[in-house]
Order: sequence, then structure tokens, then C-alpha cells
Amino acid sequence: MKPRIVLLALTLATGACVPPGTHNTGVYLLVDTSGSYNRQMNKAEQIILYALSRLQPADSIAVARIDTASFTEKNIIAKTTFDDRPSTANQQRRAFATRVEKFVDQATPAPYTDITGGLLQAIEFLNEKQTARKEILIFSDMKEDLAKGYVRDIPLDFKGFDVVALNVTKLRSDNFDPRQYLARLEEWRVRVEKGGGHWRVINDLDRLDGLL
Amino acid sequence: MSKSILLTITPWPAVSVVILLVLLVAALYFARSTAHQAIHAACGALAHGLRLASHSVTHAQAHLVARNRAVLLAAGREAKERIVEREFARVGDTVRKDLAGYPEMHRRLSGAIVRIEEDQAKAVEVPPEAPGWAQAVSVVAKLDARNAGAEILADIHKSMVKAHGEAMRDYRKASAERHGLLRQMMPDWRLIQLTLGRVNKSVESVIERSLAIDRHMEDYETIVRGEDRAVSVLSSSSIVYFFIAALVLAVATAGAAINFTLIARPMAEMVGGTHFIGAFRTADIAALVIIMVEISMGLFLMESLRITRLFPVIGALTDKMRVRMIAITFVILLMMASVEAGLAYMREVLLQDELATNALLRSDSTGSMVNQHLWITTAAQMGMGFILPFALVFVAIPLETFVHSLRTVVGLMGIAILRTLALILRVLGNGARHFGVLAQSIYDLPLFMPLWLEARMATATRPAADVAGTREAEPWQEARS
Repeated sequence: MKPRIVLLALTLATGACVPPGTHNTGVYLLVDTSGSYNRQMNKAEQIILYALSRLQPADSIAVARIDTASFTEKNIIAKTTFDDRPSTANQQRRAFATRVEKFVDQATPAPYTDITGGLLQAIEFLNEKQTARKEILIFSDMKEDLAKGYVRDIPLDFKGFDVVALNVTKLRSDNFDPRQYLARLEEWRVRVEKGGGHWRVINDLDRLDGLL
Repeated sequence: MSKSILLTITPWPAVSVVILLVLLVAALYFARSTAHQAIHAACGALAHGLRLASHSVTHAQAHLVARNRAVLLAAGREAKERIVEREFARVGDTVRKDLAGYPEMHRRLSGAIVRIEEDQAKAVEVPPEAPGWAQAVSVVAKLDARNAGAEILADIHKSMVKAHGEAMRDYRKASAERHGLLRQMMPDWRLIQLTLGRVNKSVESVIERSLAIDRHMEDYETIVRGEDRAVSVLSSSSIVYFFIAALVLAVATAGAAINFTLIARPMAEMVGGTHFIGAFRTADIAALVIIMVEISMGLFLMESLRITRLFPVIGALTDKMRVRMIAITFVILLMMASVEAGLAYMREVLLQDELATNALLRSDSTGSMVNQHLWITTAAQMGMGFILPFALVFVAIPLETFVHSLRTVVGLMGIAILRTLALILRVLGNGARHFGVLAQSIYDLPLFMPLWLEARMATATRPAADVAGTREAEPWQEARS
């Protein structure tokens, strides 16, 4: 009888202990390196460091590049899942920041912009991490420019995802016809919300308080 | 629709209305007796039920009053017993201390007195020597001068001066010795005075204690007799104790919260910062458990020291076992206080690490600067981490008072609630009875015409003599019914 009671108590205790995955956050940051947007790298670094400072132990983060073909693990510049202990998580933050700094210094412009591929990669990564909250941050002008042969006309499943477009700069053509810019953002909003996600745009990088 | 149908029973709606009204009044008149009975029965039943409920609540209130009184008296009796016991212990300590020193004191006093007696005996003044030359001098003086009487007298004078000088010297010497002896007696006198003063102080203390015991015993007797005055005093004291204990417990809770803040962050390093039990972080729960264990140890320590009496089992332990328990609980407390001091230090280290990391992430060079006076806050945190567990030990005292006074205060609140409830039920019961009478009168209001006719007819059929009596009796009977 006694061992059964002990077993029951242990089962209850282990059942009551919720695993760390249910309260954590996963962040996937896509950085556009195409063409003229490559000059915005310092701002991208600022956002990555801000995200790093906001994340807690057991959270996951990955930074990936958007270039000609973004649906690949090779595009992931740095990724990590922070340790359970705050001191180790701090060390991991510093190491991550160093890697990001290195990437920013060495980034080269890409000829094409495969945003959809990057988003697919982000969805895959965050679903694999099984985080409670999933955030995809896109640092881009949101102008997709696919190379010949790349098929990206596929539905995206954004269920449970928050997609935030950051620093969506206006192109020269947008200045001639602002409707292009608005249409571009609207197209992405529809695409994200159709996939079950939540869409947001933050252009003022001094007001990142609502982010994460 | 139904209204319009009712109005069409005659071609003239007004006539229809009148007919309907007459029919309604007739129906009400014929059903009057039954309706009155029904109203009377319903309102009477309601009033009776409410009165019964009120009686029941009053009974419960009386029961609660008796119980509260018994609890108060028992608590007061126990408290007085403890006070009297403590006073007796103090008197016992005083008497034991003085009686233990009594043989020594007696010996010292006797010694001092013997020494004084001896010195006094030595200091007795020696009577001066009787003059032996006076008669001889007068005889010689009567002799003829030629017989060389003058020379003899001169010799005698010389001898007398010499003897006087020696006598004076001896006298002075003896006086100096006597003064010396009297001086020697001074310390003994002082010793006697001091000892007797101490004895006087002890006796006065015992007298004071005995007066206090008398006072407490009088209170105790009033409590044992269960006098209302004693209950009233105990009740008001209990409420005062309740609020004071609640205030001190609130302060202790604030202290526990500070303690929690000190150790919650570093606990994340030990048990992980992302595990949850229910909606709470495991690290927070672990920190809370540590504080609770400290408070429990404090309770056991206070109980073992017999300062509080929350656990009769601990109070009933043998002295040897209690001493062991005191040692064990104190050692555990000391260890936990040391652990807390370590955790407080770790907290500061983690905080600095996090600040440095955030400064790095913000590219802020000032954030990573080391403050030279940082050791003060670190030391303060460590000190608080070490002291707070010991400070929380004393929570046991207000907790005991709170628990004991809570019974009485809850009882008093219950009495007040029951009293109010009984009053409300009584008022409602009376209201229901009066409502019945009012409802009957309201029922009779549209029937004024048939009732008037009935009264007229009754007057006409009865002899004139009975009319007045009937008229007077009718409202009374109606009211009684």
C-alpha cells in the first residue's frame, strides 16, 4: 500500500511540474540582405540585440538571411535555445551577440529576395521548437523578387504565429506611386491572416516596446 | 383581444364595463370569507415560520454567546495561570537567591558584629589616675621653711610636672588608639548597612511581587467565578490583541516578502527558471518553501523554549528532549540563514551579470562600469539574508496571540451576525402579520358597497338595542379574526 501512495504522489508531482516548453517564446528573425537593403544592417543588428535582451531562459531565437534561396538551413546565421539557468542564458546571449556582429560586418548583398522561402523556414524551425509563443520578425522592404525557377506560390500555415514586419522601407517606385507600397503591405497582411497568423508592421525602431 | 371580447357582451361598452364590475364585485363579495381565511392563513404561516426562524437564530446566538464566554474564560484563566506561575517563579528565584546567600550573609554579619564588639571593648576609656601628691604637698607646705621645705616642694613640683607630662602623653596615646579602633569599626558598619539594605530590597521586591500576585489572583477568581466584568474585560482585551497581532503579522509578512525577493532569483539557478507548478514558477515556490520551513523551525524553537504554547506535544516533552530540539532547530535555522546569505550574494552576482549583458546588448558602455561601493549593497543583502530568518522566528509570538484571539473575535462577529439576523427575521415576521391585515382591508376596499348594504340590512333586522353593540363589536371581531 505504502509504495503505491509514494508512486501516486510522485506521479502527481511530476504531472504538476509543467515542462519549460509551455511558457517559452520562439523568435525567428529574417534579415533581408538583398540589393540596397543590405545597407540597413546596423538597424537589423539593433533589433536582434533588442530581441536578445527581451528573451528569457528556455526561449529560442534564430537569425536567418533572406537572399535568393531562403528555404534552407544554410541561411540560418545563428540559432540557440537558452539554458534553464539565468547565468548560462546570459553567456549564451553574449555569444549570440558576437556571432550577429560578425554577420553584420561580413554581410554581402544578394541579387534576389526570397521572403516566402524564409517564412517557410521560420515556420518549420519554430514548429520544431514547440514554443508556446511564436514570433517571426521580418526586417525587409517586403518586396519579393524571385529568381527564375523558384516556386513560392504555396499556402503558408501561420496558425499561432505573430508576424511582424520591421523597418519596411519605401522603394524609389513607392515614392512615385505610394499605392504600390500600401498594396505590398496589404498583400502580405492578407497572406498572413489567411494562413491564421497575426500581422503587424513596426517602422519606428525607437518604439520597439510592444515587440516581444 | 380578450378585453375587446369582454367589452362586447352588450352593444354599449360602458354598460359592459359596469356589468363586468358588478359581477366582479359580487364574486369578490361571495368569496370574501374564503379569501380572508386564505390571506390570514398564508400570512400567519409566514409570520409563524419567520418567528420560529428568529427563535432558532436567537437560540443559536445564545449558544454561541455561551460558547464564546466559555472560550474567553478558559483563555483568560490559562493566561492568568501563566502570569501567576511566572510571578511565583520570580518570587521563588528571589527567595532562593537570597536564602542561598543567607548563611554567608549571617556569617558576615556575625563576624562584623563580633569585630565591632571587640573593638568597642578595646576602645573603653581608662579612668585617669587619682592624684597621690596633693596631700603630701600640703603637709610639706605647713613645715617650717628653714627645714628645707621649699626645696622639697620644688622637687615635688618638678616630679609632678614630669608625671603630668607622662600621663598626658599616655592619655593621648590611648585616645589615638581608641580613635583608631573606632575607625576600624566603620567598614563593618558599612558592611552591615549594605547587607541589610540588600535584604530590605529583596524583601520589598518579594512584597511587590506578592501584591501583583494578589491582584492577579483576584482577577483569576473573578474569571473562575465567571463574572460578567471579567468576560467584558477579556473580550475587549481579546479584540485589542487581535488587531495588534494582525498588525505585527502584516509587518512579518512584509519581511517575508523581502526575504522572498532576496532568494527567488538565485533559486532559479538551482531549480531552473522556467519550470512551473500550476501557474507559479518552481523557483518561486522553492523560495517560498524555504521561508515557510524557516518560519516552521522558528515556531518549533519558540515552542521548545516554552515561549509559545501552540503544540502541546512539544510542551509536554522532557527537558532533555526539549533541549535537544532547541539545539536541532537552532542549527537548522543557522544553516538556512547561511544558505540565504549565500543566495543573497549570488543574487547580486547574477544581477550584475545581467546588467552587464544588457549593457552589452544595448551597446551601452556605462552599464558595464563597476561601482566601487557595490560591496555595501552586497553586504547589506547578505546581512539581511542571514538576519531575516532569525527575525522571522519571533513571528510565533504574534501568531499564537492571533490564533487565540481569532477564536473570540470570530465568535463575537458570529454573535453580531446572528443577532442582526434574528432581528431581521422578527421584523419580517411582524411585517407578514400586519401585511395580512392590510391585505384583507385592501380586499374589502372595492366591496364597500355590498358591505355597507350588508351592515344596513343587519341593522334593520336586529333590535335597536343590539345595533350599537354589534356595531362596536364588528370591527373588533374582524380585527381579532
